[in-house]
Amino acid sequence: MTAAVDRRKTVALTQTPDFTLYGVTLASRLLLGTSQYPSPAILAEAAHASSADVLTVSLRRESARLREGQDFWRLIRDIGARVLPNTAGCYSVKEAVTTAQMAREVFSTPWIKLEVIGEADTLQPDVFGLVEAARILASEGFEVFPYTTEDLVVAERLLDAGCKVLMPWGAPIGSGKGLNNVFGLRALRAHFPDVPLIVDAGVGLPSHAAAAMELGYDGVLLNTAVAKAGDPIAMARAFAQAIQAGRAAFLAGPTQPRDMASPSTPVVGRAVLI
Amino acid sequence: MRATVIGAGVVGLTTALTLAERGAKVTLVERSRELGGNASWLAGGMLAPFCEGESAPQSVVDLGKGAIDWWDARVPGVARAGTLVVAPPRDVGEIDRFARRTRGHERADEARIAALEPDLGGRFRTGLFFAGEGHLDPRGAMGALAGALRRRGAEMRFGEDGEGLGPEAGLIVDCRGFAARAELEQLRGVRGEMIRVRTREVSFTRSVRLLHPRIPLYVVPRANGEFMIGATMIESAEKGAVSVRSAIEMLSAAYALHPAFGEAEILEMSADVRPAYPDNEPRIDERGGRIFVNGFFRHGFLLAPAFADRVATLAFERAGALV
Repeated sequence: MTAAVDRRKTVALTQTPDFTLYGVTLASRLLLGTSQYPSPAILAEAAHASSADVLTVSLRRESARLREGQDFWRLIRDIGARVLPNTAGCYSVKEAVTTAQMAREVFSTPWIKLEVIGEADTLQPDVFGLVEAARILASEGFEVFPYTTEDLVVAERLLDAGCKVLMPWGAPIGSGKGLNNVFGLRALRAHFPDVPLIVDAGVGLPSHAAAAMELGYDGVLLNTAVAKAGDPIAMARAFAQAIQAGRAAFLAGPTQPRDMASPSTPVVGRAVLI
Repeated sequence: MRATVIGAGVVGLTTALTLAERGAKVTLVERSRELGGNASWLAGGMLAPFCEGESAPQSVVDLGKGAIDWWDARVPGVARAGTLVVAPPRDVGEIDRFARRTRGHERADEARIAALEPDLGGRFRTGLFFAGEGHLDPRGAMGALAGALRRRGAEMRFGEDGEGLGPEAGLIVDCRGFAARAELEQLRGVRGEMIRVRTREVSFTRSVRLLHPRIPLYVVPRANGEFMIGATMIESAEKGAVSVRSAIEMLSAAYALHPAFGEAEILEMSADVRPAYPDNEPRIDERGGRIFVNGFFRHGFLLAPAFADRVATLAFERAGALV
Protein backbone atom coordinates (compact mmCIF):
# COMPACT_ATOMS: atom_id res chain seq x y z
CA MET A 1 0.00 0.00 0.00
CA THR A 2 2.79 2.45 0.84
CA ALA A 3 5.28 0.70 -1.39
CA ALA A 4 4.40 2.82 -4.45
CA VAL A 5 4.83 6.04 -2.52
CA ASP A 6 8.14 4.89 -1.10
CA ARG A 7 9.45 3.91 -4.49
CA ARG A 8 8.56 7.28 -5.97
CA LYS A 9 10.31 8.97 -3.14
CA THR A 10 13.40 6.86 -3.68
CA VAL A 11 13.44 7.70 -7.36
CA ALA A 12 13.09 11.40 -6.62
CA LEU A 13 15.95 11.27 -4.16
CA THR A 14 18.44 9.39 -6.26
CA GLN A 15 17.70 11.36 -9.41
CA THR A 16 18.34 14.72 -7.86
CA PRO A 17 19.40 17.34 -10.33
CA ASP A 18 23.06 17.78 -11.09
CA PHE A 19 25.06 20.45 -9.35
CA THR A 20 24.52 23.26 -11.81
CA LEU A 21 25.60 26.85 -11.24
CA TYR A 22 24.52 29.41 -13.84
CA GLY A 23 24.10 26.68 -16.41
CA VAL A 24 27.44 25.02 -15.71
CA THR A 25 27.20 21.47 -14.41
CA LEU A 26 29.93 20.49 -12.00
CA ALA A 27 31.03 17.07 -10.82
CA SER A 28 32.40 18.18 -7.46
CA ARG A 29 30.38 20.03 -4.85
CA LEU A 30 33.50 21.46 -3.25
CA LEU A 31 34.63 24.96 -4.20
CA LEU A 32 38.15 25.74 -3.02
CA GLY A 33 39.82 29.06 -2.23
CA THR A 34 43.39 29.71 -3.34
CA SER A 35 44.90 32.02 -0.72
CA GLN A 36 47.23 31.39 2.21
CA TYR A 37 48.80 28.14 0.97
CA PRO A 38 52.47 27.55 1.82
CA SER A 39 53.24 27.71 -1.91
CA PRO A 40 51.50 27.66 -5.30
CA ALA A 41 52.86 24.14 -5.80
CA ILE A 42 51.10 22.91 -2.66
CA LEU A 43 47.97 24.81 -3.69
CA ALA A 44 47.98 22.99 -7.04
CA GLU A 45 48.38 19.59 -5.39
CA ALA A 46 45.67 20.35 -2.85
CA ALA A 47 43.33 21.51 -5.59
CA HIS A 48 43.86 18.26 -7.47
CA ALA A 49 43.41 16.21 -4.30
CA SER A 50 40.15 18.03 -3.53
CA SER A 51 38.78 17.31 -7.04
CA ALA A 52 37.25 20.79 -6.87
CA ASP A 53 35.95 22.01 -10.23
CA VAL A 54 35.86 25.61 -9.08
CA LEU A 55 38.67 27.64 -7.54
CA THR A 56 38.06 31.07 -6.07
CA VAL A 57 40.72 33.69 -6.58
CA SER A 58 41.08 36.93 -4.72
CA LEU A 59 41.78 39.87 -6.92
CA ARG A 60 43.36 42.55 -4.87
CA ARG A 61 42.84 45.79 -6.62
CA GLU A 62 46.46 46.82 -6.49
CA SER A 63 47.51 43.66 -8.24
CA ALA A 64 44.99 44.32 -10.96
CA ARG A 65 46.17 47.89 -11.33
CA LEU A 66 49.04 46.92 -13.58
CA ARG A 67 47.98 43.39 -14.50
CA GLU A 68 50.98 42.21 -12.56
CA GLY A 69 49.45 39.31 -10.67
CA GLN A 70 49.52 37.32 -13.90
CA ASP A 71 52.10 34.79 -12.87
CA PHE A 72 50.05 33.60 -9.92
CA TRP A 73 46.85 33.69 -11.95
CA ARG A 74 48.52 31.66 -14.70
CA LEU A 75 49.50 29.05 -12.10
CA ILE A 76 45.85 28.89 -11.02
CA ARG A 77 44.58 28.62 -14.57
CA ASP A 78 47.09 25.81 -15.15
CA ILE A 79 45.38 23.76 -12.45
CA GLY A 80 42.56 23.42 -14.94
CA ALA A 81 39.56 24.20 -12.77
CA ARG A 82 37.01 26.90 -13.50
CA VAL A 83 37.94 30.18 -11.84
CA LEU A 84 35.51 32.07 -9.64
CA PRO A 85 37.13 35.44 -8.96
CA ASN A 86 36.12 37.15 -5.75
CA THR A 87 35.97 40.65 -4.37
CA ALA A 88 37.52 39.70 -1.02
CA GLY A 89 38.52 42.67 1.09
CA CYS A 90 36.11 45.15 -0.51
CA TYR A 91 34.30 47.34 1.97
CA SER A 92 32.12 49.40 -0.34
CA VAL A 93 29.76 48.86 -3.25
CA LYS A 94 31.92 50.90 -5.58
CA GLU A 95 35.08 49.00 -4.65
CA ALA A 96 33.36 45.64 -5.11
CA VAL A 97 31.89 46.62 -8.48
CA THR A 98 35.23 47.93 -9.74
CA THR A 99 37.02 44.79 -8.57
CA ALA A 100 34.40 42.62 -10.27
CA GLN A 101 34.89 44.50 -13.52
CA MET A 102 38.65 44.00 -13.32
CA ALA A 103 38.15 40.32 -12.54
CA ARG A 104 36.00 39.87 -15.64
CA GLU A 105 38.78 41.35 -17.77
CA VAL A 106 41.55 39.36 -16.15
CA PHE A 107 39.83 35.98 -16.07
CA SER A 108 37.39 36.36 -18.98
CA THR A 109 34.47 35.05 -16.93
CA PRO A 110 31.10 36.55 -15.99
CA TRP A 111 31.28 34.68 -12.67
CA ILE A 112 31.98 36.75 -9.57
CA LYS A 113 31.92 35.81 -5.92
CA LEU A 114 30.64 39.02 -4.43
CA GLU A 115 31.90 40.02 -1.01
CA VAL A 116 31.05 43.38 0.48
CA ILE A 117 32.50 43.35 3.95
CA GLY A 118 30.75 45.38 6.62
CA GLU A 119 32.90 44.84 9.66
CA ALA A 120 36.64 44.26 9.87
CA ASP A 121 36.78 41.99 12.91
CA THR A 122 34.16 39.45 11.89
CA LEU A 123 34.39 40.10 8.14
CA GLN A 124 30.60 40.03 8.30
CA PRO A 125 28.92 40.85 5.00
CA ASP A 126 27.37 44.28 4.63
CA VAL A 127 24.10 42.88 3.33
CA PHE A 128 22.76 46.29 2.26
CA GLY A 129 25.81 47.00 0.14
CA LEU A 130 25.76 43.40 -1.06
CA VAL A 131 22.24 43.68 -2.49
CA GLU A 132 23.07 46.98 -4.14
CA ALA A 133 26.29 45.68 -5.68
CA ALA A 134 24.56 42.46 -6.79
CA ARG A 135 21.89 44.48 -8.60
CA ILE A 136 24.51 46.60 -10.41
CA LEU A 137 26.61 43.60 -11.40
CA ALA A 138 23.66 41.46 -12.51
CA SER A 139 22.47 44.30 -14.72
CA GLU A 140 25.96 44.39 -16.28
CA GLY A 141 25.69 40.72 -17.16
CA PHE A 142 27.66 39.27 -14.27
CA GLU A 143 26.67 35.92 -12.76
CA VAL A 144 26.84 36.77 -9.10
CA PHE A 145 27.67 34.40 -6.24
CA PRO A 146 26.87 36.54 -3.19
CA TYR A 147 28.60 35.85 0.13
CA THR A 148 25.74 36.54 2.52
CA THR A 149 24.33 35.65 5.92
CA GLU A 150 21.56 33.10 6.46
CA ASP A 151 18.96 35.92 6.62
CA LEU A 152 15.87 34.95 4.62
CA VAL A 153 14.86 38.48 3.71
CA VAL A 154 18.32 39.35 2.46
CA ALA A 155 18.28 36.12 0.44
CA GLU A 156 14.97 37.16 -1.12
CA ARG A 157 16.41 40.58 -2.02
CA LEU A 158 19.51 39.00 -3.57
CA LEU A 159 17.34 36.78 -5.76
CA ASP A 160 15.30 39.84 -6.74
CA ALA A 161 18.57 41.57 -7.64
CA GLY A 162 19.31 38.80 -10.12
CA CYS A 163 21.40 36.28 -8.16
CA LYS A 164 20.71 32.65 -9.03
CA VAL A 165 23.00 31.17 -6.38
CA LEU A 166 23.24 32.05 -2.68
CA MET A 167 26.26 31.53 -0.48
CA PRO A 168 25.40 31.94 3.20
CA TRP A 169 28.18 31.83 5.77
CA GLY A 170 28.59 28.97 8.19
CA ALA A 171 30.59 31.21 10.55
CA PRO A 172 32.90 34.22 10.08
CA ILE A 173 35.59 33.85 7.40
CA GLY A 174 38.59 31.90 8.62
CA SER A 175 37.08 31.22 12.05
CA GLY A 176 36.71 27.48 11.51
CA LYS A 177 33.71 27.42 13.84
CA GLY A 178 31.50 25.34 11.57
CA LEU A 179 27.77 25.92 11.19
CA ASN A 180 26.93 28.58 13.75
CA ASN A 181 23.22 28.76 13.03
CA VAL A 182 21.96 25.40 11.90
CA PHE A 183 18.37 26.48 12.43
CA GLY A 184 18.83 29.48 10.13
CA LEU A 185 20.62 27.44 7.46
CA ARG A 186 17.88 24.79 7.57
CA ALA A 187 15.20 27.49 7.23
CA LEU A 188 17.02 28.96 4.24
CA ARG A 189 17.18 25.55 2.60
CA ALA A 190 13.48 24.94 3.23
CA HIS A 191 12.59 28.39 1.94
CA PHE A 192 14.50 28.13 -1.33
CA PRO A 193 14.34 24.48 -2.34
CA ASP A 194 15.27 25.22 -5.96
CA VAL A 195 18.08 27.77 -5.54
CA PRO A 196 21.62 26.37 -5.39
CA LEU A 197 22.83 27.05 -1.86
CA ILE A 198 26.50 26.88 -0.95
CA VAL A 199 27.84 27.24 2.56
CA ASP A 200 30.72 29.68 2.27
CA ALA A 201 33.11 30.52 5.09
CA GLY A 202 33.63 29.33 8.63
CA VAL A 203 34.08 25.66 7.76
CA GLY A 204 36.96 24.33 9.84
CA LEU A 205 36.61 20.55 9.70
CA PRO A 206 35.42 17.95 7.23
CA SER A 207 32.61 17.15 9.69
CA HIS A 208 31.34 20.73 9.32
CA ALA A 209 31.26 20.33 5.55
CA ALA A 210 29.48 16.99 5.88
CA ALA A 211 26.93 18.60 8.20
CA ALA A 212 26.19 21.31 5.63
CA MET A 213 25.66 18.68 2.95
CA GLU A 214 23.45 16.61 5.28
CA LEU A 215 21.22 19.69 5.62
CA GLY A 216 20.68 19.51 1.88
CA TYR A 217 23.07 22.24 0.86
CA ASP A 218 24.29 21.96 -2.70
CA GLY A 219 27.93 22.68 -2.06
CA VAL A 220 30.59 24.00 0.28
CA LEU A 221 33.18 26.70 -0.35
CA LEU A 222 36.24 26.78 1.88
CA ASN A 223 39.83 27.95 1.94
CA THR A 224 41.59 28.41 5.30
CA ALA A 225 40.73 24.95 6.64
CA VAL A 226 42.73 23.39 3.80
CA ALA A 227 45.36 26.08 3.20
CA LYS A 228 46.42 26.34 6.84
CA ALA A 229 46.21 22.63 7.66
CA GLY A 230 49.42 20.84 8.60
CA ASP A 231 49.10 18.86 5.38
CA PRO A 232 46.89 20.83 2.98
CA ILE A 233 46.87 18.06 0.39
CA ALA A 234 45.63 15.38 2.79
CA MET A 235 43.10 17.81 4.24
CA ALA A 236 41.79 18.65 0.77
CA ARG A 237 41.18 14.95 0.18
CA ALA A 238 39.44 14.62 3.56
CA PHE A 239 37.08 17.47 2.67
CA ALA A 240 36.28 15.90 -0.69
CA GLN A 241 35.35 12.65 1.05
CA ALA A 242 33.30 14.43 3.73
CA ILE A 243 31.33 16.38 1.15
CA GLN A 244 30.59 13.23 -0.80
CA ALA A 245 29.57 11.43 2.38
CA GLY A 246 27.34 14.31 3.49
CA ARG A 247 25.66 14.47 0.09
CA ALA A 248 25.14 10.72 0.01
CA ALA A 249 23.67 10.85 3.51
CA PHE A 250 21.26 13.59 2.52
CA LEU A 251 20.14 11.63 -0.52
CA ALA A 252 19.75 8.51 1.58
CA GLY A 253 17.19 10.23 3.80
CA PRO A 254 18.60 10.44 7.31
CA THR A 255 16.60 9.22 10.29
CA GLN A 256 15.42 11.84 12.73
CA PRO A 257 16.81 12.13 16.25
CA ARG A 258 14.44 11.12 19.01
CA ASP A 259 14.33 11.58 22.75
CA MET A 260 13.83 7.96 23.75
CA ALA A 261 16.00 4.99 23.00
CA SER A 262 14.76 2.87 20.14
CA PRO A 263 16.27 -0.59 20.20
CA SER A 264 17.40 -1.68 16.81
CA THR A 265 16.68 -5.27 17.80
CA PRO A 266 12.94 -5.92 18.05
CA VAL A 267 11.69 -6.57 21.56
CA VAL A 268 8.33 -7.98 20.50
CA GLY A 269 7.60 -11.09 22.54
CA ARG A 270 9.66 -10.01 25.49
CA ALA A 271 8.19 -8.85 28.72
CA VAL A 272 8.83 -5.12 28.78
CA LEU A 273 6.54 -4.21 31.66
CA ILE A 274 8.75 -4.60 34.66
CA MET B 1 88.98 29.87 -11.75
CA ARG B 2 87.39 33.03 -13.08
CA ALA B 3 83.76 33.81 -12.34
CA THR B 4 81.43 36.72 -12.90
CA VAL B 5 78.44 37.04 -10.63
CA ILE B 6 75.55 39.17 -11.89
CA GLY B 7 73.46 40.93 -9.26
CA ALA B 8 74.57 42.37 -5.92
CA GLY B 9 71.56 41.32 -3.88
CA VAL B 10 72.12 39.04 -0.94
CA VAL B 11 72.41 35.97 -3.17
CA GLY B 12 74.93 37.56 -5.53
CA LEU B 13 77.06 38.97 -2.71
CA THR B 14 77.02 35.72 -0.75
CA THR B 15 77.82 33.64 -3.82
CA ALA B 16 80.61 35.99 -4.93
CA LEU B 17 82.20 35.95 -1.50
CA THR B 18 81.97 32.16 -1.21
CA LEU B 19 83.65 31.79 -4.61
CA ALA B 20 86.34 34.28 -3.63
CA GLU B 21 86.92 32.53 -0.31
CA ARG B 22 87.60 29.34 -2.25
CA GLY B 23 90.15 31.04 -4.40
CA ALA B 24 88.18 32.05 -7.49
CA LYS B 25 88.93 35.34 -9.22
CA VAL B 26 85.56 37.01 -8.92
CA THR B 27 83.89 39.96 -10.63
CA LEU B 28 80.52 41.15 -9.35
CA VAL B 29 78.39 43.29 -11.66
CA GLU B 30 75.31 45.16 -10.52
CA ARG B 31 72.93 47.28 -12.57
CA SER B 32 72.35 49.83 -9.78
CA ARG B 33 74.86 52.62 -9.21
CA GLU B 34 75.42 51.47 -5.63
CA LEU B 35 74.40 48.75 -3.23
CA GLY B 36 70.65 48.57 -2.73
CA GLY B 37 67.68 49.11 -4.96
CA ASN B 38 66.70 45.46 -4.71
CA ALA B 39 64.52 43.16 -2.64
CA SER B 40 67.37 42.25 -0.28
CA TRP B 41 67.72 45.90 0.73
CA LEU B 42 64.16 45.78 2.11
CA ALA B 43 64.50 42.43 3.87
CA GLY B 44 63.77 41.89 7.55
CA GLY B 45 67.09 40.15 8.03
CA MET B 46 65.61 37.52 10.29
CA LEU B 47 67.70 34.39 10.63
CA ALA B 48 64.74 32.36 11.78
CA PRO B 49 64.73 28.89 10.25
CA PHE B 50 62.46 27.40 12.91
CA CYS B 51 59.80 30.10 12.68
CA GLU B 52 59.82 29.85 8.90
CA GLY B 53 59.04 26.15 9.30
CA GLU B 54 55.50 27.23 10.12
CA SER B 55 54.76 27.48 6.42
CA ALA B 56 58.00 26.56 4.65
CA PRO B 57 59.10 23.01 3.83
CA GLN B 58 61.55 21.16 6.06
CA SER B 59 64.38 21.78 3.60
CA VAL B 60 64.19 25.52 4.35
CA VAL B 61 64.53 24.80 8.07
CA ASP B 62 67.43 22.40 7.54
CA LEU B 63 69.35 24.56 5.06
CA GLY B 64 68.69 27.72 7.08
CA LYS B 65 70.11 26.41 10.36
CA GLY B 66 73.68 27.17 9.40
CA ALA B 67 72.97 30.72 8.25
CA ILE B 68 73.39 32.39 11.62
CA ASP B 69 76.94 31.03 12.03
CA TRP B 70 77.85 31.95 8.46
CA TRP B 71 76.74 35.53 8.92
CA ASP B 72 78.15 35.87 12.42
CA ALA B 73 81.58 34.87 11.10
CA ARG B 74 81.57 37.55 8.38
CA VAL B 75 79.37 40.45 9.45
CA PRO B 76 79.41 42.59 12.59
CA GLY B 77 76.28 43.00 14.67
CA VAL B 78 74.55 39.66 14.12
CA ALA B 79 72.13 39.39 17.06
CA ARG B 80 71.83 35.89 18.47
CA ALA B 81 69.02 36.65 20.87
CA GLY B 82 66.31 34.42 19.44
CA THR B 83 62.83 35.27 18.21
CA LEU B 84 59.79 36.00 20.34
CA VAL B 85 56.38 35.12 18.93
CA VAL B 86 53.31 36.58 20.61
CA ALA B 87 49.59 36.83 19.88
CA PRO B 88 46.86 39.11 21.20
CA PRO B 89 44.61 37.46 23.80
CA ARG B 90 41.78 36.76 21.38
CA ASP B 91 44.11 35.07 18.91
CA VAL B 92 46.00 32.79 21.32
CA GLY B 93 44.78 29.85 19.25
CA GLU B 94 47.28 31.03 16.66
CA ILE B 95 50.09 30.36 19.15
CA ASP B 96 49.01 26.75 19.52
CA ARG B 97 48.85 26.36 15.78
CA PHE B 98 52.28 27.96 15.33
CA ALA B 99 53.72 25.74 18.08
CA ARG B 100 52.36 22.60 16.44
CA ARG B 101 53.92 23.51 13.11
CA THR B 102 57.40 24.42 14.39
CA ARG B 103 60.25 23.09 16.50
CA GLY B 104 63.02 24.76 18.44
CA HIS B 105 60.76 26.77 20.73
CA GLU B 106 59.71 26.95 24.35
CA ARG B 107 56.46 28.29 25.72
CA ALA B 108 56.76 31.77 27.19
CA ASP B 109 54.23 32.87 29.78
CA GLU B 110 53.62 36.45 30.83
CA ALA B 111 56.60 36.54 33.21
CA ARG B 112 58.95 35.02 30.65
CA ILE B 113 57.79 37.44 27.96
CA ALA B 114 58.39 40.34 30.36
CA ALA B 115 61.85 39.00 31.19
CA LEU B 116 62.77 38.67 27.51
CA GLU B 117 61.26 41.93 26.30
CA PRO B 118 60.37 44.21 29.23
CA ASP B 119 58.38 46.54 26.98
CA LEU B 120 56.00 43.72 26.17
CA GLY B 121 55.52 42.82 29.84
CA GLY B 122 51.86 42.86 30.83
CA ARG B 123 50.80 43.18 27.20
CA PHE B 124 50.95 39.52 26.17
CA ARG B 125 50.22 36.43 28.21
CA THR B 126 51.21 33.70 25.77
CA GLY B 127 54.09 33.35 23.41
CA LEU B 128 56.83 31.17 22.01
CA PHE B 129 60.55 31.77 22.35
CA PHE B 130 62.87 30.43 19.66
CA ALA B 131 66.25 30.68 21.38
CA GLY B 132 68.36 29.44 18.46
CA GLU B 133 67.46 32.21 16.04
CA GLY B 134 68.77 35.69 15.37
CA HIS B 135 68.69 38.67 13.09
CA LEU B 136 70.93 41.15 11.30
CA ASP B 137 70.65 44.49 9.58
CA PRO B 138 70.50 43.62 5.86
CA ARG B 139 71.95 46.92 4.67
CA GLY B 140 74.89 46.75 7.03
CA ALA B 141 75.41 43.09 6.23
CA MET B 142 75.43 43.69 2.47
CA GLY B 143 77.93 46.50 2.94
CA ALA B 144 80.11 44.20 5.04
CA LEU B 145 80.05 41.50 2.34
CA ALA B 146 80.99 44.05 -0.30
CA GLY B 147 83.93 45.12 1.91
CA ALA B 148 85.01 41.52 2.39
CA LEU B 149 84.88 40.99 -1.38
CA ARG B 150 87.08 44.00 -2.03
CA ARG B 151 89.55 42.85 0.59
CA ARG B 152 89.81 39.55 -1.26
CA GLY B 153 90.61 41.39 -4.46
CA ALA B 154 87.27 40.88 -6.16
CA GLU B 155 86.24 43.47 -8.71
CA MET B 156 82.85 45.16 -8.28
CA ARG B 157 81.32 47.01 -11.21
CA PHE B 158 78.18 49.04 -10.63
CA GLY B 159 75.84 50.46 -13.25
CA GLU B 160 76.25 47.38 -15.45
CA ASP B 161 73.49 44.91 -16.18
CA GLY B 162 75.70 42.00 -17.20
CA GLU B 163 74.65 42.05 -20.87
CA GLY B 164 77.28 41.20 -23.44
CA LEU B 165 79.80 39.58 -21.12
CA GLY B 166 82.59 38.01 -23.14
CA PRO B 167 84.67 34.86 -22.57
CA GLU B 168 86.97 36.86 -20.28
CA ALA B 169 84.11 36.90 -17.75
CA GLY B 170 84.73 33.22 -17.06
CA LEU B 171 81.89 31.21 -15.58
CA ILE B 172 78.75 33.34 -15.24
CA VAL B 173 76.58 32.98 -12.15
CA ASP B 174 73.29 34.80 -12.59
CA CYS B 175 71.83 36.04 -9.29
CA ARG B 176 69.54 38.74 -10.60
CA GLY B 177 66.43 37.82 -8.66
CA PHE B 178 63.19 38.84 -10.32
CA ALA B 179 65.10 40.69 -13.06
CA ALA B 180 65.88 37.25 -14.54
CA ARG B 181 62.15 36.58 -15.05
CA ALA B 182 62.44 36.62 -18.86
CA GLU B 183 64.92 33.71 -18.78
CA LEU B 184 63.32 31.77 -15.93
CA GLU B 185 59.72 31.24 -17.01
CA GLN B 186 58.65 29.51 -13.80
CA LEU B 187 59.74 32.47 -11.70
CA ARG B 188 57.00 34.72 -10.31
CA GLY B 189 57.03 37.89 -8.26
CA VAL B 190 55.69 38.15 -4.72
CA ARG B 191 55.34 41.76 -3.72
CA GLY B 192 56.56 42.77 -0.28
CA GLU B 193 56.07 46.08 1.50
CA MET B 194 57.94 47.30 4.57
CA ILE B 195 58.02 50.32 6.86
CA ARG B 196 60.97 51.65 8.84
CA VAL B 197 60.22 53.70 11.94
CA ARG B 198 62.15 55.26 14.80
CA THR B 199 61.13 55.61 18.42
CA ARG B 200 63.00 55.74 21.72
CA GLU B 201 59.91 54.81 23.70
CA VAL B 202 60.14 51.12 23.06
CA SER B 203 63.10 48.84 22.61
CA PHE B 204 63.44 45.20 21.64
CA THR B 205 66.45 42.93 21.87
CA ARG B 206 65.20 40.43 19.34
CA SER B 207 62.80 40.23 16.45
CA VAL B 208 59.20 39.94 17.54
CA ARG B 209 56.44 38.30 15.53
CA LEU B 210 52.82 39.14 16.15
CA LEU B 211 50.47 36.38 15.06
CA HIS B 212 47.18 37.47 13.67
CA PRO B 213 44.91 35.45 11.43
CA ARG B 214 44.83 38.14 8.77
CA ILE B 215 47.80 40.42 9.36
CA PRO B 216 50.83 38.50 10.63
CA LEU B 217 53.65 40.93 11.23
CA TYR B 218 57.23 41.07 12.41
CA VAL B 219 59.17 43.89 13.97
CA VAL B 220 62.96 43.70 13.79
CA PRO B 221 64.98 46.10 15.92
CA ARG B 222 67.79 48.03 14.24
CA ALA B 223 70.40 50.37 15.69
CA ASN B 224 69.56 53.90 16.88
CA GLY B 225 65.97 53.22 17.92
CA GLU B 226 64.96 52.11 14.45
CA PHE B 227 62.62 49.24 13.69
CA MET B 228 61.76 47.47 10.49
CA ILE B 229 58.10 46.53 10.27
CA GLY B 230 57.10 44.01 7.66
CA ALA B 231 56.15 42.59 5.46
CA THR B 232 53.24 42.03 3.16
CA MET B 233 53.09 39.05 0.80
CA ILE B 234 51.05 39.85 -2.26
CA GLU B 235 50.90 37.65 -5.34
CA SER B 236 51.92 40.41 -7.68
CA ALA B 237 55.05 41.58 -9.45
CA GLU B 238 54.09 45.22 -9.12
CA LYS B 239 56.89 47.41 -7.76
CA GLY B 240 54.79 50.53 -7.18
CA ALA B 241 54.78 52.39 -3.87
CA VAL B 242 53.29 50.93 -0.67
CA SER B 243 49.49 50.94 -0.74
CA VAL B 244 47.49 52.75 1.89
CA ARG B 245 45.80 49.51 2.90
CA SER B 246 49.09 47.70 3.46
CA ALA B 247 50.44 50.66 5.43
CA ILE B 248 47.35 50.76 7.61
CA GLU B 249 47.53 47.03 8.24
CA MET B 250 51.23 47.02 9.11
CA LEU B 251 51.06 50.12 11.26
CA SER B 252 47.97 49.02 13.17
CA ALA B 253 49.58 45.66 13.84
CA ALA B 254 52.68 47.46 15.15
CA TYR B 255 50.44 49.68 17.26
CA ALA B 256 48.75 46.56 18.65
CA LEU B 257 52.19 45.20 19.55
CA HIS B 258 53.00 48.36 21.48
CA PRO B 259 51.12 51.69 21.51
CA ALA B 260 54.45 53.55 21.58
CA PHE B 261 54.73 52.79 17.87
CA GLY B 262 51.88 55.25 17.47
CA GLU B 263 54.33 58.07 18.23
CA ALA B 264 57.20 56.70 16.16
CA GLU B 265 58.58 58.63 13.20
CA ILE B 266 58.06 56.96 9.85
CA LEU B 267 61.45 56.98 8.13
CA GLU B 268 60.68 54.90 5.07
CA MET B 269 57.99 52.93 3.32
CA SER B 270 59.22 50.75 0.48
CA ALA B 271 58.07 47.95 -1.76
CA ASP B 272 59.81 45.49 -4.03
CA VAL B 273 59.32 42.08 -5.58
CA ARG B 274 60.63 38.79 -4.22
CA PRO B 275 61.51 36.14 -6.79
CA ALA B 276 59.82 32.78 -6.17
CA TYR B 277 59.29 29.45 -7.88
CA PRO B 278 55.97 27.60 -7.56
CA ASP B 279 57.20 25.63 -4.53
CA ASN B 280 58.68 28.79 -2.96
CA GLU B 281 62.08 27.07 -2.73
CA PRO B 282 65.29 28.32 -4.39
CA ARG B 283 66.73 26.55 -7.42
CA ILE B 284 70.07 26.24 -9.14
CA ASP B 285 69.67 25.90 -12.93
CA GLU B 286 72.28 25.60 -15.67
CA ARG B 287 71.38 27.06 -19.03
CA GLY B 288 73.59 27.97 -21.93
CA GLY B 289 76.72 27.65 -19.84
CA ARG B 290 75.34 29.93 -17.14
CA ILE B 291 74.44 29.01 -13.58
CA PHE B 292 71.20 30.62 -12.42
CA VAL B 293 70.56 30.85 -8.68
CA ASN B 294 67.15 32.26 -7.96
CA GLY B 295 63.76 31.93 -6.27
CA PHE B 296 64.76 32.78 -2.70
CA PHE B 297 61.24 34.10 -1.94
CA ARG B 298 61.34 35.45 1.63
CA HIS B 299 64.44 33.46 2.56
CA GLY B 300 67.33 35.34 0.96
CA PHE B 301 69.45 35.96 4.05
CA LEU B 302 68.43 32.61 5.51
CA LEU B 303 69.26 30.40 2.54
CA ALA B 304 71.88 32.32 0.55
CA PRO B 305 74.86 30.84 2.47
CA ALA B 306 73.76 27.21 1.92
CA PHE B 307 73.07 27.79 -1.77
CA ALA B 308 76.27 29.78 -2.27
CA ASP B 309 78.12 26.76 -0.96
CA ARG B 310 76.41 24.49 -3.50
CA VAL B 311 76.93 26.93 -6.34
CA ALA B 312 80.62 27.31 -5.54
CA THR B 313 81.08 23.53 -5.55
CA LEU B 314 79.25 23.29 -8.87
CA ALA B 315 81.21 26.20 -10.34
CA PHE B 316 84.56 24.62 -9.50
CA GLU B 317 83.37 21.31 -10.99
CA ARG B 318 82.40 23.04 -14.22
CA ALA B 319 85.65 25.00 -14.32
CA GLY B 320 87.61 21.81 -13.71
CA ALA B 321 85.83 20.14 -16.61
CA LEU B 322 86.74 23.04 -18.90
CA VAL B 323 90.44 22.75 -18.05
